[in-house]
Amino acid sequence: MIKLDKVSKTFMLGTSSLTDITLTIEKGEFVFVVGPTGSGKTTLFRLLIRDMFPTKGTIVVGEFDVTKLSSRKVPHLRKKIGVVFQDLKLLMDRTIFENVMLPLEVSGIKPEEAKKRVEDVLKHVGILEQYNKFPIQLSGGERQRAAIARALVFSPDILLADEPTGNLDPKTGQEIVKILQGINEKGTTVIMATHNVDIVNNLGKRVVALDKGKLIRDQKKGKYATS
Amino acid sequence: MRHLKTAWRHIRRSPYQAFAAVFIMAQTFFVLTFFAFLIFASSRIIAYFESVPQVTAFFKEEAKQEDIDTLSQKVKETGKIAKLEFVSKEEALKIYKEQNKDDPLLLELVTAEILPAALKVSAIKIDDLTQISEMLSGSIIVERVIFQKDVVQNLAVWTNALRKIGIALSAILALDAIFLMVIIIGIKISQKKDEIEIVRLIGATGWYVRWPFIYEGVFYGVSGAFLGWLLALGLFWYATPFLSSFLKGIPLFPIPIIFFFQLLGIELLIAIFLGIVSSFLSVLRYLK
Repeated sequence: MIKLDKVSKTFMLGTSSLTDITLTIEKGEFVFVVGPTGSGKTTLFRLLIRDMFPTKGTIVVGEFDVTKLSSRKVPHLRKKIGVVFQDLKLLMDRTIFENVMLPLEVSGIKPEEAKKRVEDVLKHVGILEQYNKFPIQLSGGERQRAAIARALVFSPDILLADEPTGNLDPKTGQEIVKILQGINEKGTTVIMATHNVDIVNNLGKRVVALDKGKLIRDQKKGKYATS
Repeated sequence: MRHLKTAWRHIRRSPYQAFAAVFIMAQTFFVLTFFAFLIFASSRIIAYFESVPQVTAFFKEEAKQEDIDTLSQKVKETGKIAKLEFVSKEEALKIYKEQNKDDPLLLELVTAEILPAALKVSAIKIDDLTQISEMLSGSIIVERVIFQKDVVQNLAVWTNALRKIGIALSAILALDAIFLMVIIIGIKISQKKDEIEIVRLIGATGWYVRWPFIYEGVFYGVSGAFLGWLLALGLFWYATPFLSSFLKGIPLFPIPIIFFFQLLGIELLIAIFLGIVSSFLSVLRYLK
């Protein structure tokens, strides 16, 4: 489903973010991507949604050869991948309902159908009552749920969650992970970047560890650190 | 519809920028309308002068009717005459009275005796006028010859100059308008950078992002064109009494209203074009 073959990304001035990454993720997997800040987790996600090009190597996501994909087809790729961004990227001047509606709006889904889908997904992540509020009026956990709802509203094949529990208390973090687990159980491939040792160790899922842009470990039922 | 709503939201949220864009467009189309009217009026004035007798020969007081008839016959025989009309002293007085019916003082002072009889001649080809004029001037019974060719030529030169000035001025203003709109829409794109980035990351196509800005440009163009046209129309309406009396005898007024609506139609098309060009340039420049 997702295949990276000898992928490297070097930024201008020669800073390397990823070096020679070869990785295959099957459909329906739940994968933790772990590693310290600057290890290349976010770069990996950005490469998967073609927010940037790799310097070397090939990336295939489903039927898309991401490296060869024409700009015109990038929106098609992005509709297959839901992303929970590290900084959430919610539009602060729009309500939660409008934020979650956005992916459907840009795809030209009929308003009645879109409304139904948004209500369903808000209910699923547990913030239906907050639909008419602006992001600033919500707690960190609720904002995180709103970002997940937006990523899910298109029923994507893949969900990328970039440190979704980063700024949350342990309890709320656990709730978010539960939502992601539920999504994964319904068949969506979930790739979650995190620093949270407890979450990774408790779930016992596949762990891909990066350090200074290199893949240093890939374990089927891994732990945050092998000590 | 969705893109129109987004465009309208952009406009409402930055009214001063919107006002600047509409104002510069209105200025451009005001000048365009003004010069279009001047060119239209000049063309009509030329057409009028071309339709009236092109050479008028005024006879001396002592000229006899048979000498006048002989001269008329001689002129006719050249085969270059489109129309030839003799105006007697009495007919000249009648014309004078008609032209000055609102001014009794001028009517009191004039009698048929002091007005000369005249021969009004129109040529088939304007180039033959010089020869006809020379023929009439050479006659001993002719006091003076008025030659309209010079008037028509002078007017044609003025109209040409007006057309060139009008086109140049409108083009400069249109360029100004485009530059300003590129900047204004560019600022808006910069302000919406985060939003644009987000919608692109969640799968929006390039056109989904571009359309509202294109509509915005068209809105500025169309509103500006309509406002400029309306201002110019108001000015003409205000100036009509003065212009009518200044151009007395020339059938310029009333200007057919259809002319103004045709002009509006053309201006709206130009405005849409300018709006699209400016917003497109902005989008190309700022949405890389």
